[in-house]
Amino acid sequence: MTGSEALLKTLEAHGVRHIFGHPGGAIMPVYDALYDSPIQHILVRHEQGGGHAAEGYARVTGGLGVCMATSGPGATNLVTALADAMLDSLPILAITGNVPSPLLGTDAFQEADITGITMPITKHNFLVRNADDVSKTVAKAIAIALEGRPGPVLVDIPKDVQQAQTNAPIEQPKTKPARLEPNQAVIEKAAALIQSAKQPVLMVGGGACDAAPQILEFAKKTGIPVITTLMGLGNFPASDPQWLGMPGMHGSVASNRAISQCDVLIGLGMRFDDRVTGKTSRFAKNAQIIHIDIDTAEHNKLIPAYIAVHADSAAALEALTKHVSKLETPDWWTKLEDWKARQPKRPTWGAAEAIKMISSQLSGADIVVADVGQHQMLTAQLHPFEQPRKWLNSGGAGTMGFCLPAAMGAAVAIGSHDGGDAKGVRVIGIAGDGSSQMTIQELATLRKYDIPVKFAVINNGYLGMVRQWQEMFHSRRYSEVYLEDSNPDFPILASAYRIPGFAADNAADLEKCIRQWLEVDGPAVLEVRVPQEANVFPMVPAGKGLDEMLDDDPKFLEARELAKV
Amino acid sequence: MKHIFSAFLRDEPRVLTRVTSLFARRGYNIDSLSVGATEERGISRMTFIAEAPEHMADQIQRQLEKLEDVLKVINHADEKFVDRELVLLKVRVSPETRLEIRMIAEDFRARNVDVGSKSYVFEVTGDEGKITAFIQQMRPFGIIETMRTGRVALSRGSNADIASQVYGGESTALEHPLSDVGVRA
Ligand SMILES: Cc1ncc(C[n+]2csc(CCOP(=O)(O)OP(=O)(O)O)c2C)c(N)n1
Ligand SMILES: [Mg+2]
Repeated sequence: MTGSEALLKTLEAHGVRHIFGHPGGAIMPVYDALYDSPIQHILVRHEQGGGHAAEGYARVTGGLGVCMATSGPGATNLVTALADAMLDSLPILAITGNVPSPLLGTDAFQEADITGITMPITKHNFLVRNADDVSKTVAKAIAIALEGRPGPVLVDIPKDVQQAQTNAPIEQPKTKPARLEPNQAVIEKAAALIQSAKQPVLMVGGGACDAAPQILEFAKKTGIPVITTLMGLGNFPASDPQWLGMPGMHGSVASNRAISQCDVLIGLGMRFDDRVTGKTSRFAKNAQIIHIDIDTAEHNKLIPAYIAVHADSAAALEALTKHVSKLETPDWWTKLEDWKARQPKRPTWGAAEAIKMISSQLSGADIVVADVGQHQMLTAQLHPFEQPRKWLNSGGAGTMGFCLPAAMGAAVAIGSHDGGDAKGVRVIGIAGDGSSQMTIQELATLRKYDIPVKFAVINNGYLGMVRQWQEMFHSRRYSEVYLEDSNPDFPILASAYRIPGFAADNAADLEKCIRQWLEVDGPAVLEVRVPQEANVFPMVPAGKGLDEMLDDDPKFLEARELAKV
Repeated sequence: MKHIFSAFLRDEPRVLTRVTSLFARRGYNIDSLSVGATEERGISRMTFIAEAPEHMADQIQRQLEKLEDVLKVINHADEKFVDRELVLLKVRVSPETRLEIRMIAEDFRARNVDVGSKSYVFEVTGDEGKITAFIQQMRPFGIIETMRTGRVALSRGSNADIASQVYGGESTALEHPLSDVGVRA
């Protein structure tokens, strides 16, 4: 058996069914072995696309996503996706070829020190020196990617190691390590604190996406309101009256007010990102904070924890739920209901309305993937996420270009391209005119494998989010954000890839288009042309506290007043 | 405040780069760092000193312990320890200063490891205070060059469970002592 075969056999033993990759010189032995392997390889058009696809795959399955690239430029093209997976804690295995061992360190053709380059953006990485170590290393890499707080792991294999013969046994998957249970004394202390709270709130992040049933049970038993961060959307059903929305820069009025005024804040599987906290000195000023996380380095990193619970989020909540009972906080709920009613005022037609119209045609089981920008924040604000692992976006890194390939990975994961068990679950991408163009080449991959992603482009003619900041904080000096003069015609672009395309620039047309677009058997593109200078609100300006949030766009309110006169 | 740490590392390729790159990217200020083999094959031990406020020292320890090849980190602030540094110091000598230099060296129990006609090389071991004082005293004679190993530290007492803490199966080696008691004033 060669090193390449050992690699694929190990992946197979670990249940890997798909690899998103792109071949090249230094990984050719693996591609040769792939020819006889039951693992399906999805040929992407750019390695970054392969990386994001693996992220989408991992996010919806909760398992491993695998991507593969050749040495040098192939490997460096994975870098953005690895950094993205690191910040959003996604279990990715990246396999790269490298130049033959004797040439390592000689500036050989297509040599890049990819283990050096990716050291700070992977959970761990390996350079395999010997074919006998391939299986062991790959198994170890997979275990590291999945255990504890998940993350990306890269395995770099020089070409001669891929070719060399080995008799080393194929490693079988390690049994999953036991759930990390919380310390009982700490749980009891936390429960007592919760029980004494007058204005409590539970804030749930992406680390709690396997704890949705426990969150619901805890919330129902205590009556505590629930906030879900950008990464945590869907971990608590949006239709539940106890849900307050998303916190932070573009969070809901209710969430940000609740955080600013609560007396006990439970942070569950979340890491107090600066987009969530705003100015930290003003964050939850009156609260004692209980921080539950499996990564103890997150405790006290940015926000001091009054009680830090080091545990799996489901385990911690189960333990907490046993020790708490219903909290009677009618005054708190009066305030919360009042804040919940305060929704930002929005124009009757625009990006927000378009996203609402798309959203209204979807069910809670469908998967929604956003790109990065205003459309991302609007989707997060407006789509009612009901279930975990149904919302994919680049939260920590904000990587433009994430949407299309991640949606592709999600669709492959649920088997919608091979008549698998997708069970009517649809995968919807919502991107911007700017972001979509960063990985638009993956339309070819959708076509090649008939992956039925429904991809919408919210075209506001601008790098809208940057334009909004320039409008608000740089006195409307629009510097290098205008796209309209050079945007492609998206339906024509789609048809160049032999994918059906639709376009609408008003609500009536959009209504029809959405229906046709969703009915397409296979991939389809929808372009929605919307007014150019709309802003996303509510907004906490950068560097301000959550309590300094602007509920509405003053520009929009003013225009509406003028229109009345 | 200065914190002195011991870290146990797997002897894997680039483990030092991983550690120092983490220090650099998280902006930790490291005053001194020294690494050597331990009694256990495949495991190295590193002593390092960081200038950091309390909460940052805690972060340094926890972030380091997240690295795959870092087995355990001890912050010696939490316990009694001994520390030593070794210095090689080359000082100018002349017939007039020779005797005085020798007497000072004797006071510090410094060993003369290279006797030249124009210079001596001393080897001196001690804690930070002693090393600093020795260098101060030699300065007026003209120091030609010095090399310091950086401080190394061990806990006091028998500390017999350290091996199981670092490499042991059942031990809670990777669990931070504060991880479950995050109560802050
Ligand atoms: C790779 C990358 N480059 C730059 C940015 C900075 N950035 C954030 S949002 C944004 C604008 C996105 O424009 P578009 O996709 O049209 O979305 P819109 O905000 O208009 O909805 C930019 C340039 C980024 N997040 N990622
Ligand atoms: Mg745009």
